[in-house]
Amino acid sequence: MITYIIRRLLAAVLLLFIVSAAVFSIFYLVPRLVGATPETLATRYVGRSATPETVNLIAHKLGFYDPIWVQYGRWVKGIFLGSEYDYGSGTEQCPAPCFGYSFITRQPVWPDLLDRLPVTLSLAVGAATLWVIFGVATGVLSALRRGSLLDRAAMGVSLAGVSMPIFFTGLISLLVFSYQLKWTAAGGSYTPFTENPGDWFYSLLLPWIVLAFQFSAQYARLTRAGMLETLGEDYIRTARAKGLPERAVTVQHGLRAALTPLLTIFGLDFGLLLGGAVLTEQVFSLPGLGKYAVDAITNNDLPKVLGVTMMAALFVVVANLVVDLLYAVVDPRVRIN
Amino acid sequence: MAAGTFLEVKDLKISFPTDDGLVKSVDGLSFQLERGKTLGIVGESGSGKSVTSLGILGLHNKRNAQVSGEIWLDGDELVSAGAETVRALRGNKMAMIFQDPLSAMHPFYTIGHQIIEAYRVHHKVSKKVARKHAIDMLGRVGIPQPERRVDDYPHQFSGGMRQRAMIAMALVNDPQLLIADEPTTALDVTVQAQILDLMHKLQEEFNSALIVITHDLGVVAELADDVLVMYGGRCIEYGTARTIFEQPEHPYTWGLLGSMPRIDRPNLDRLVPIPGLPPSLINLPTGCAFHPRCAYEPRTGGLGRSLSPELAGSGQPGHLVRCHLPTDERQRIWREDVKPKLEAQ
Amino acid sequence: MTDQGATAEQADAVRLSDPVPDDVILRERADKGDPLLSVKGLEKHFPIVKGLLRRQVGAVRAVDGVTFDVYRGETLGLVGESGCGKTTTGRLLTRLVEPTGGSIDFDGRDIAHLRQGKLRPLRRDMQMIFQDPFSSLNPRHTVGTIVGAPFRIQNVKTEHGIKRAVQDLLKLVGLSPEHYNRYPHEFSGGQRQRIGIARTLALRPKLIVADEPVSALDVSIQAQVVNLLDDIQREFDLTYVFIAHDLSVVRHISDRVAVMYLGKVVEIADRDDLYTRPRHPYTVALMSAVPVPDPARRDRAQRERVLLTGDVPSPINPPSGCRFRTRCWKAQEICATEEPPLLPRLGDAASHQTACHFPIDDAEEVAGRSSRATA
Repeated sequence: MITYIIRRLLAAVLLLFIVSAAVFSIFYLVPRLVGATPETLATRYVGRSATPETVNLIAHKLGFYDPIWVQYGRWVKGIFLGSEYDYGSGTEQCPAPCFGYSFITRQPVWPDLLDRLPVTLSLAVGAATLWVIFGVATGVLSALRRGSLLDRAAMGVSLAGVSMPIFFTGLISLLVFSYQLKWTAAGGSYTPFTENPGDWFYSLLLPWIVLAFQFSAQYARLTRAGMLETLGEDYIRTARAKGLPERAVTVQHGLRAALTPLLTIFGLDFGLLLGGAVLTEQVFSLPGLGKYAVDAITNNDLPKVLGVTMMAALFVVVANLVVDLLYAVVDPRVRIN
Repeated sequence: MAAGTFLEVKDLKISFPTDDGLVKSVDGLSFQLERGKTLGIVGESGSGKSVTSLGILGLHNKRNAQVSGEIWLDGDELVSAGAETVRALRGNKMAMIFQDPLSAMHPFYTIGHQIIEAYRVHHKVSKKVARKHAIDMLGRVGIPQPERRVDDYPHQFSGGMRQRAMIAMALVNDPQLLIADEPTTALDVTVQAQILDLMHKLQEEFNSALIVITHDLGVVAELADDVLVMYGGRCIEYGTARTIFEQPEHPYTWGLLGSMPRIDRPNLDRLVPIPGLPPSLINLPTGCAFHPRCAYEPRTGGLGRSLSPELAGSGQPGHLVRCHLPTDERQRIWREDVKPKLEAQ
Repeated sequence: MTDQGATAEQADAVRLSDPVPDDVILRERADKGDPLLSVKGLEKHFPIVKGLLRRQVGAVRAVDGVTFDVYRGETLGLVGESGCGKTTTGRLLTRLVEPTGGSIDFDGRDIAHLRQGKLRPLRRDMQMIFQDPFSSLNPRHTVGTIVGAPFRIQNVKTEHGIKRAVQDLLKLVGLSPEHYNRYPHEFSGGQRQRIGIARTLALRPKLIVADEPVSALDVSIQAQVVNLLDDIQREFDLTYVFIAHDLSVVRHISDRVAVMYLGKVVEIADRDDLYTRPRHPYTVALMSAVPVPDPARRDRAQRERVLLTGDVPSPINPPSGCRFRTRCWKAQEICATEEPPLLPRLGDAASHQTACHFPIDDAEEVAGRSSRATA
């Protein structure tokens, strides 16, 4: 079991390195291959009005003339040990973990990321709670009453949920629930939990519901399918043959087995979401990692893009790691081999 | 109900409507069973033998099954009884052993947990008491070091041990009726011998009524007092084990015996199989369901094609055969035609 | 048992375990001609890896030194319980699995270590029939495509075209030529097994390895397929290796039978020899375990039955010496220290070889032992 955990951990670390190398190449190597020069990069820091000499100097100081792997090494080193930056106006300390400075604001990226994380975390945790409860409950009920009106209605609604994009459902619900009915907060009114928990809840309610609607739909369908498959298993028949009440059969024997494969999907979804619920944050103007990423990409702010991408990758990898370990807890066949 | 009869099934019909038509899995089955006795139900896949056993326990898919007839278990009628009544009897007064113990046990729960659960559904006792009972049961079915193995998961058991645990689980509430559906089919032959031996001993100990459902005539010969042969959802021959094996009168039973290579009869040059395929339960042949595969159908003068024969008494008391051929002709065919072929050594 | 009895038994055993002189073996072997298939010391060890670095810490010795010959035109039955290595042996013979050691002489050349690319011509002469008629046929291909595939893969020219050849094959195995354009799901288990057999026959192989070909079928269908296998063997002069767990079917179909236990052949003999005078305690236990469809003999069969206790040991760590000794009622010290060779024992035909230090003398002895084995 210990070796299992260690192997998983090592694999996760290796994966992060591969992701970082890939991401770094996409943003620093690929532009060079299609014609960008060290000077064009440096121009982003100093602005178009700077003289070629200044641009040249900055490009030198930031090491844009170095081979790409040296630059990558420096970037990775910055993450672990921190680094110093020199824009010509004196040296600045960037403590570890250093993801560099924004081209635009010249602010270090890491504190920005930390700033945005609670917003995304709030959104993700709230929505996940909702969708797991509703999705699984709907799926189980649908499976138990297969073919009933409830089943068909639930599956119809969930088909709609799966197929309608967030920017559609989000905008419609904003229009109806906050602007016309005034039941929920308007977009862009995020309040941190530490400031006012009530406002925090009020401001996130609609984003939670909209995001959860889409995921619930997916989870309801998956739970239903898993449940139907599990209910056909021999051990369910055995549970009934023992005389267990139907509720114990479906919940203790059926649901537990049906939900196990869902764990994997949940880990992936939740990890992805922590990296930034891009559309939801954009639609509701929530200052989270997703919106941060969109802004960074729009402005071509490479250090920010790299930082937020690595953050997202970290969450996905960690979430999957947790899922793998949970599997061992849930399924004794994984644990005892 | 005759004296001593513990289980009586009367004209049981179980069918499932499908898009292709009505699947008549069991079509008018009747039999009786006393305590301490074993009934073997023999048939090939699709003969309705498994649906029968599930139907008795109320384990068939209730949503789309149509059930009629009567099942009397120790004074209770089960077909008309409510789901809750049948559930309370299930696992308690009547229990079941399944074919593949690996898939029939929940992979996430320990053996002990699953036995304790079975016990506590029907007995209001603490987990501790139930656990003691579970360990005791595991010991009785021959699992070494039961107090340690009780906490193992099914996948940590060998196939034979798992089937023992399954039996322990079925017997934990001391059921009066035990149904074993292909209990040894998934097992190796030496393990099968152990399990058959165990079932023998346990039945003597618990004095329960046992129904063994199998395709293996060897297993039936080993365990059963009475044998019921099923074909196309119906009983086509019923009698004591010795009658069925020594003086069978239905051509299908002859076919089964001729199809089976025997370890104790060496030099049979060729097997005598039944031609053709088992019938579809949706479109049973008209007349006798077996007539398209029956070599003696021409002797019925067209009756076999048009009329379904009744299950009627034969020479021996308690021997029932569903065949148009006259009794003396059947006995003659067996004596002069079939038996010599099977024993041509 | 008295001391005197034990000594007598020991003396007896020593006499029984004396190997038969070589010239007797050679003489008997000459009667059967050259073997088509000759397997020597065949091994398959599946590595077990463990720990962070996935180092190999051991091996599952699925097949661990198996030696036997198969003569032209005969059927060799390979029986044993699950985990004994019979299926792996079958896959080694047809080179679906790469052996870790030993040699397989087929038709005069060693195929044990041929590279994958050189195996294709071999597939013409050697075919396999599998157990599960439901998963061994591609559901998206028609029967015609399935049965005709060997012709296309091996680029074989047929006299009247592939379609005609396939239809002839279908007729041969008892299907209708009209089935050519149908799909496997339209057929029952027995019919699918016939389709599988038609496919193996396409290239007129010399050897067919059949792995549990009838165990998934209903009794009445099983008999049809067994008879079909009999017929085509006669018609095409085929040689079979018939792998099965069902001792009755094996007895019916085989000329010679090899019994496997934990990766080794423990006894091999002509069919009737083996079934009437089994020498290895495991063979005896195996045969006595088969339920006999004769209720009149029920009590006697149960009394004479040798019930083995415990489970088959793990092939990762097989017992030292004789592998059966942990469950054997005749085991003595030597069984733990010395592995018994597979040799003919005195009083047996040269073709009857047993790997046992204390082979069973006669059937009477068995009855006396069963009580001890169950105790």
